[in-house]
Parts: sequence; C-alpha cells; structure tokens
Amino acid sequence: MTTRTLPRVRGGIGTSVGRPDGEPKVTGNFAFASDLSSPGMLWGATLRSPHAHATLTELDIGPALAMVGVHAVLTQDDVVGSPMFGQVEQDQPVLCDGTARYWGEPVAVVAADDEETARRAAAAIVAVWEPLDPLDDPERAAEIGSTFREMRIRRGDETAEGSVVVEGFYETATQDQAPLGPEAGFAIPDGEGGLDLYITSQWVHVDHRQIIACLDLEPDQVRCHPAGIGGAFGSREDISLHIHVAMLALATGRSVKMVYDRSESFVGHVKRHPSRMWYRHEADEDGNLVKVTARLILDGGAYAHTSPAVIANAAFFSVGPYRCDNVVIDAVVVRTNNPPAGAMRGFGVVQACFASESQMDSLAEAIGLAPLELRRRNALAPGDPFATSGQVIQGSLPTVAVIDALESIPIPDPIPSDDPRLAPGGTGLTTPRSAVVRGVGYAVGLKNLAFSEGFDDFAEARVVMTPAGIEIHTAAIEVGQGLVTVCQQIARTVLGVDRVAVVWKDTSQIGSAGSTSASRQTQMTGGAVHDAAVGLRDQILSLHGGDELRDDGVYKQGELVATVNEICSDGPVECHVRFRHPKTYPPDADGQGEIHAGFVVAAHRAVVDVDPELGLVRVVRVDTAQDVGRALNPQAIVGQLEGGIMQGMGFAVMEELVIDGGVIRNPTFTDYLIPTFLDAPDVEVRIIEEGDHWGPFGAKGIAESPTISSTPAIVAAIRAATGRSLTRVPVLPTDIVGV
Amino acid sequence: MTGRGAAGALRRPRATDKWQRAAGYGTVMDFLAARNLDETLAAKAQRPDAQLLAGGTDLMVEVNIAHRRPSRVISLRRVEELREMTSNRIGAGVTWARLEGSDHGALAQAARTIGSPQIRAVATIGGNVATASPAGDGLPWIAAANARIVVRSKERGERVIPWNEFFTGVKHTSLEPDEVVTGVAIPDDVPTAQEFAKVGTRNAMVISIVSCVVMRGDDGFRVALGSVAPTPIRVTRAEEMLNAEARITEEALKEFSRIVSEEVRPITDHRSTEGYRRHAAGVLARRLAERCLA
Amino acid sequence: MTVPIVITVNGERRSVDVAGSESLLHTLRNDLGLPGTKDACEQGECGSCTVIFDGAAVCSCLVMAADADGATVTTVEGIGEGAQLHPLQEVMLAEGAVQCGFCTPGFIVTGVHLLETNSHPTEPEIREALSGNICRCTGYGAILRAFTALTSEGA
Repeated sequence: MTTRTLPRVRGGIGTSVGRPDGEPKVTGNFAFASDLSSPGMLWGATLRSPHAHATLTELDIGPALAMVGVHAVLTQDDVVGSPMFGQVEQDQPVLCDGTARYWGEPVAVVAADDEETARRAAAAIVAVWEPLDPLDDPERAAEIGSTFREMRIRRGDETAEGSVVVEGFYETATQDQAPLGPEAGFAIPDGEGGLDLYITSQWVHVDHRQIIACLDLEPDQVRCHPAGIGGAFGSREDISLHIHVAMLALATGRSVKMVYDRSESFVGHVKRHPSRMWYRHEADEDGNLVKVTARLILDGGAYAHTSPAVIANAAFFSVGPYRCDNVVIDAVVVRTNNPPAGAMRGFGVVQACFASESQMDSLAEAIGLAPLELRRRNALAPGDPFATSGQVIQGSLPTVAVIDALESIPIPDPIPSDDPRLAPGGTGLTTPRSAVVRGVGYAVGLKNLAFSEGFDDFAEARVVMTPAGIEIHTAAIEVGQGLVTVCQQIARTVLGVDRVAVVWKDTSQIGSAGSTSASRQTQMTGGAVHDAAVGLRDQILSLHGGDELRDDGVYKQGELVATVNEICSDGPVECHVRFRHPKTYPPDADGQGEIHAGFVVAAHRAVVDVDPELGLVRVVRVDTAQDVGRALNPQAIVGQLEGGIMQGMGFAVMEELVIDGGVIRNPTFTDYLIPTFLDAPDVEVRIIEEGDHWGPFGAKGIAESPTISSTPAIVAAIRAATGRSLTRVPVLPTDIVGV
Repeated sequence: MTGRGAAGALRRPRATDKWQRAAGYGTVMDFLAARNLDETLAAKAQRPDAQLLAGGTDLMVEVNIAHRRPSRVISLRRVEELREMTSNRIGAGVTWARLEGSDHGALAQAARTIGSPQIRAVATIGGNVATASPAGDGLPWIAAANARIVVRSKERGERVIPWNEFFTGVKHTSLEPDEVVTGVAIPDDVPTAQEFAKVGTRNAMVISIVSCVVMRGDDGFRVALGSVAPTPIRVTRAEEMLNAEARITEEALKEFSRIVSEEVRPITDHRSTEGYRRHAAGVLARRLAERCLA
Repeated sequence: MTVPIVITVNGERRSVDVAGSESLLHTLRNDLGLPGTKDACEQGECGSCTVIFDGAAVCSCLVMAADADGATVTTVEGIGEGAQLHPLQEVMLAEGAVQCGFCTPGFIVTGVHLLETNSHPTEPEIREALSGNICRCTGYGAILRAFTALTSEGA
C-alpha cells in the first residue's frame, strides 16, 4: 500500500462517479452479447434431453440435415478434442455421450439460416430414449456414495458440552440466478481454423481453457472476448453454449449466433444448490458458544461444475461470524440426476447462513437474550481463531461494529398506510390492515473474499499511458456490478489523471483477471490496476524527473517538465501487473489451516408485515450495515447492497425452482417469481469503513454479503410475526398457514 | 433474418384478396387484419380454424415459448364494434386498462390485478373469456354477476350463452368454431355491493392461486371463485347457507368460510397445493362477505 | 412470401416484410436494426421489451408484427431529442439506477410513458406503474430515487 498523499482528482476513489457505460445503456446503444450480429450469419439451436436420466438408443440427424437452410448438425461424435469439459473436474460431455444425466442436457446442435429453422431442425432430429430411474434424492445419493466432495471439519474437543442445547433441521430450495440477459454467444471463424468468440461469461480465461481442449486447438487459435452482459450472479461461471457455438462456426465456416430463450436459460445454466442441514448448537448459560455440530447435504445435480468449492464454503461458513472452540462439521455435495448446481451469489454460504442464523435465534430465545446481544457476545474479531478452520483472523472484521450500526438505524413506525400496494397481497386486495401482524428479525453473515484453499488466484491488468489518456487493459468481466467504474477511479486516484478508460482485452491479449465472482474483482483486478498504476506513475516520474503526474504531463514543483506526447514519444508507456492475494492453503484432514484470504461481514434487519391467516408477506424494509473495508464508490455499494438484498428477499419468500423427478416444473418468468417493484422493501444502508490488509486502499468485495444474511433476517421476522418455526426457504403461504 | 424461402415448398391454401400470407417461421400463415365485425365473421365462416388475435397476451406467449405456429390468424384490433361498452354490455375488445375504471367495483378491482400495466393496455375481456383459463382473473366476476357471453357467427347470428354453459372445462368453452366472442352481457340486477380479491405469491404480475368475487344484493350473497376448479364456479351451497341466516354473525361467517373451503375443487400444482387453495378460498370468501357488509 | 407492413418507428416510416407470427420485438431487433429493445422472456413477464405502441406502453414480444401495420411505435432509441438525453435518462444515470442495464430500456420507455400520463406520480403510483418491469440487479431502490428526484423537482 502506498503511503504518499493521494492526488486530488475528479472521479477518484470515494466519489460516486457515474458509469462510463451508463449513457449507452439508457439510450439502448450498449451492445449486449445477444445484440451482436453480422450479415450472413447463421443461428444455432440445441436439442435437449426430455428425460432426467435415460439411455440414448438412437440418434438420427438425417431429418434435420435434409431441411432447407440447415448447414450443420453436430453431436458428441463431432467433438474432435477432449470429449469432456468442466471447470474443476472434466466430467461433462460436450453433447450427450449416450446417457442423459439431467433434464435438458444438450444432445445435438444445429446451425441454420435463421433462428426458426435452426429450432425446427433441432426438433426434427430423431432421438430415441430408454428412460432410467433418476437418482433425485440427495440423501439416497449420499448413502450410496454418489458424491463430488465430502468435507470433514474437526476442531477442539468433540466431547465438549454446553448447558443450553438447540437443534434444528433446515432446508433450502433451488434458486435460479435469473439474470435478465440470456446466455448468448457469437462465434466468428478466422478462416485459418481458429475463431473469435464473444460470449456471456464471468471468466473468459477459464472458458478458453475448456474450449480449446474440446476443440483441440492451440491457445492462440481461439480468442474469447468479453461481451456485454445482462447480469450473471454465478450463472455464467460455467460453460453453457460456448463450445457448441464454436463447433458450429468451425463446421460451417460461417459466423454463428446462439441465444437461449428464457425457458432454455433455466435449464442451460447451473443453479444454487438445494440443501438439507442438521444443526446442534451448544452454549453456556451466558450465551457463549461451546460447540457447533452440523451435517450438511448439498445437491450438486448431474455434473461437478464448482460443487467441490461450494461445499467447502458451506462447511467453513457453517458457524457464521462467531467464536466457537469446538466444531464438528460433516458436509457433502452429492451427484444426482437433478439440474446441475454451481455458483450463485453467496456460493454455499447462503444455505449455511440460513440454518446457522436460525439456530442463533433459537439459542437466543432459549437463553433469554435479545437476538443481536447473543451475536455480539460471540462476535468474531481480528486475532480470533476462525471457528471452523482455526486460522487467525487477519485484516479487518468489524462484526460488532456492523451489529451496533444496524441497531442504530431507527425502526419504522408501525404499519403506516392503508394503501393496498404496500400491504401483504398487494393489489390483490386480500388483506385488510386489521389482519396484518408485523415482525422484526435479524441476521449476521460472514463471507470469504476471493478464492480459498490454496487456489493460485491472480488477476492481470495493464495500465497504459497514451497521448489520448490512460487505458486500463483487462479481461475482467463487467456484469453490471460497476468494476469498470471502480477501475477508473483507482487509476485516477493513483495517477492523478482524469482521462482514464477501461479497454476490454481478449484472452490472446492479456492474462487472466480471474473470475468475476467470490466478491473478488474490486480487490483483485482493482488491486492489479492499483499496482500497475503505481508502477506506471513511478516509472514515468523517475524517467522525467518529476514529482507529479497530471492529465497533460509530468510536473516538477508545479512546472510542466514533460508533456504526454513527449512521454509517449516512443509509443505508449505501460505497466503490467499480475496481482495475487495473500497465499492460502488447502485444508488438512480435519479441515484446519490458512484456508481463506480475507473476510467480510454484514448484518441485516428485516421488518415484515404478515397476513398469518393467508400466509402472505410483504417485506417492508431490510436495513443493513455492511463492512466494506474502504468505500471506493458509495453509490455503487448501495446499488449492490439493494440488489443483493432483493435476491435474498426473493429467496426468502418466493423464488423456487420446483423440481420433480429431476424435471423443472416452472422454467418461465410466469412461474419462477422474481420480486417486482411492488414487492421491493425499502433499504437503509450503513457503511462501515475499516481498511483491510490487502486490496486497493483497503477495499473489500461486498456483492455477496447482501444476499447472505438478508434471507435469514426476513425469515426471522416472519417467525416473530407468526410464531411459526419456518425451517425451509422460500417460506411460502402454505408454510405460514400450516396447511 | 435470412432464408425465408423455405416456405415456398409448402402447400399454399386458397386465399381471399384480403388475406395476407406470412411465411418463414417454418409455416405459412394467413393473416387478416379485420376492419369490422362483418369482415371478421365472414372470415371466420370461411376459415373456422383461424385463430383470433386480440391483445395477443395469450396467443403470442404460445407462439414465443411453446413455438406454436398458427396457420391462420384474424386480428380483431381494428374492429371498433368490439370496443363498445354500455351499462349492459362490455365489448369483447375492451381492454383491462379501460376496465380498471369500470363502475362495477369488483370488476375494476380484478382488472387491476391482471398481468402488468403493459398487459392490461392490450389484453381484453373477450380474450380472458375465450381463453377460459381456470386462472382467468375476470371470470369470477362474470360468474357472480350471472353475466352471459355474447357470441356471433355469420351463419347463425348472435347467441347469448349463460356463463355456466359457456365455460365447460380447462380452456374449453361451448364456442363453435365459426363463432366469435363479441361481448359480455350484464344483467340489470348486479348488486353494487361487490368485492374482489386474489391470492398470489407476489404483490404484482402474478397468476392467481385463488381469486374470489362476492356480491351482496337483494337476493342475498353471491360467491364466485377462480383457480379452484376447471372453470370459474359459484359455491351455491355456501351462498344458500349464508343467505338462510337471519343475521350474519361471526359464527355464520365462519361456517360459511368452512363450506366454501369444502365446496371448491382445487388441485395441487407447481403454484400451490389443494389444501392451501381450499383454505384461502374460505378466507377470501369470508373477508369479501365482510367487505360487502361494511 | 411475407407480410409487408408499414410502421412509423421513432418518427420514421419503415416498410418491412415480416414472417408469420413473428413478434414486433423480433422485427425491431432483427429486421429494423433497433436492438435497444431487449428480449429477456418473450412472455410479457419482464417488461424489457416495452415500447410505446399507438400511445400505450406494451410488451413488443406480445405484438404480432403482422398486426402492427399502420402503428406508431417509439422504442428506447427514439427517447430524447437527438443527442440530448431525456430528463429520465439523465436522472437514472445520476442516481446510479443503471447496473447491468438489460432492464434499463424497458424502464426508460415505461417511465417516459408514465410521466406523459401522470407528471407527478406518488411513490405507490410509480411502483405500480413499473410493476411490469423486472430488474434483477438494482433492487429498484435507485430507480425509485431517480423517479422521485424527477417528479418532485419543480413540482
């Protein structure tokens, strides 16, 4: 971290400067991946398995090939390289290998002159199936050892006992990220056997690695470009149509576009793992945690994707932001014939936090403490051993500060309005004010920052001075969260230069920035930009003997000594950095070690109005206090917190993919319900700034926190209003009514 | 989009001058933008299999999501006669946005819950009636009002069908293939005390889990529900019970609620359970009866 | 072999041949070179494709293109005066109401239509008028602040 005085600059860190892509987005001129096209391009479409588990006994592509306007029909036989792909384990065939292992698994792909013809051709392929029994019960899968990873954590004394004991069983359903922008890819063959690929992605380099392996091409033959993305939330961390669209472009020698429609999107990306969790908390009479025992099962569906990392997160964060010396955790993620699960905002911590925070409420009630008081007594702080891994907490962790700040936000007046739009049931006019009960609930959530368990986690960035201004080169993915703005702000502040632009680079032009996930890009790519900007500044100042950089050149004691054109007389000047966070290590046999690079904590308070007789809920407000390290862009932080809370709220009271025998029953926006404007709670935010030990200016990633503890806070509030135990999310009207 | 030539190989049906041929979505589609009701009826007589298009909010979902490809479509958007509204008749082409301002209170309340503002701007009461979804939010009001469905064909002229003879099953009606729903006929005796409510798991833009209309007039209470049977239904046993009470006590309303729950015939699906629908039907009916009494 | 239609889009008369049962959304995006209108659900459940159609804010995915003959349509590309942003666009930027931006064109079009019909909507009116537009990123807070800032200014 630099110690020099930060230059005064417009649009630097700490300001709520606007997004550079804001204007194209409000005018409709921003190019999302699904907006790309070129004259003469073909459209791709996918035939999918109608069964969750079945043997493909016959596949006749003839009828599709015979159709006018069809240019290619490809199957697994056409995969020239590795037949399998996967980010962690290469366990999924590019196209069906003779067995369908989940409902909607891709079987064949088609390229045709137009979207409709492609779709009809896919439907014309004759696939004969012999259905098999789907393995759809995760506990059965655990019994027979159909697992991706088992986690065992043992810390302290397994025989320790507390005088107060609470036990519970909790379940969470399958949540879908449901980003508004569909999966989309546009592949342009280069005429030399390679291609350029514009795809919706969260990490183009990890896509690239899998794509070239399956296509059997050299790294420089495939160039993956970041494309405009309409939200991601984890859904784009794994491959969807990437390899398919590339295969079609190579087979036809034409540009090919593929876009999933909404129903296909629901089957075409990984989801949040559904979970079942057994918990036992033991404490002393004063509420000090003595031991936590838990068993967690997460259903990973048919293929691994990021399940091995998700289960580690669920296990390591199963106690939450609390001290506890004795911990016994067994966690397993199983392989079934359910839809594949993977990354979604919160990454395993969401499930564990719902269960463990529900347990903390039960414990508080058993002891007779206020919910936040119990949490304050056990609050994890820097220097404490982390309850699960035992690692000593480094950097900042203001658990007590977020609890105190949350409590300082005033509670609203009781049920203020007769307006039905603000009542349970909304304009459905179900609920008179007299039928409404109000409840208040709390939860605190902890999340790791960036990748854990010894993963070689890095981000590359290049900061370049050109006569037109500073360019930041990166392949980091902007999904809407505002990384593009934060990178500009960091560079401006370090360099003292206003004119800064982010220039997205493809996989051939720069190294990996790592994934846009795990709350990591502000710190990782932000850290790379920071260090590259420092390097560039120091290099230029020393070369020209200056003491300050401004937009027009190098100054010494207030005098311009070299203009930008002079600095760039031999071409642009640049500094390239590969940034790494503090090293982490894989867990030992007991799950112990320096597993995580950093932590972020947040607290939520929900106020809900409930119609207990009909089981209808309106979440009135969700207030939050959030540990941010250092606020680089306060407005963007509030936007992430409000948006994350809305997804946590959706999971609390409405969002559920209904899966029956491996089949998704509601893969549409008609029946997979996402909160609307009339459902949206008001949010008040308190930002806690205590700089972390790494990352630009002490900033932390914050995008997952709001989705973690908002859900249990809302459920706690519904419990407070209704007296129901409510052990499953989403809490549906039937759960509240009890019929 | 390119390559629409594929349809040239398909059989070309005979077409009148006014029909237009649209191809390229895999199928040939004959399209007629009807200018008035006579033209609509003539076209429907000529092509009874033609799909009528009003607001498009049901048909286009099937086209887009289920990839349904109707071969013949008659658009009603330009048929002025269908947009007429009097105290005794609502034209089939009247949109839910207009009905949000209806003098019939419960109909206006129902209108406000249909789809989203964008849907209500184009979706029509005639579409709700002709689609005959169990979850059609306008249908319980029609049942409670004892409204009749007005249909017309070129051959047989107008028929006025009692609502309970019109709705015959899930998305099934007694409409003949050459007939067009032209409106909803409203009797003179619709009580002014009328209330609507709808349960969904979201506060806007949601398919109903249960919807209910209660009216209270000189003939007593009328109670109709949606999403609890293949068609909109009246719960006559519950109505009779309540109407036999000399004084509507809390006890009577409780019993009424119980009978409503018993009388409905809901199913369990991905939106809710049979048990919850029974329960909610009873609660809504009781609450609406109370609102009618207030 | 297609239906020729003439529609006035953003003040310009456009002739285009549309395919059977194709939606206006497809025509705008694929045939008329106006991809600003977004395709996110194609069933009228998200509002991303909202356009002003003969004076009403509607989901263009549910308009059969063949049926749009003679209509006047405004898309997001037609909002604002040339290079000058509409005040709603300005305030959406100022309040940070744009994140991923996929829902933004729909909110802009629906919002402009709301302000044309009700220049000083209350907060519940804003929420209800925009309840057909799904935003998955922002949580609606910044969008509400944008509208509130606009409608309370010089009220």
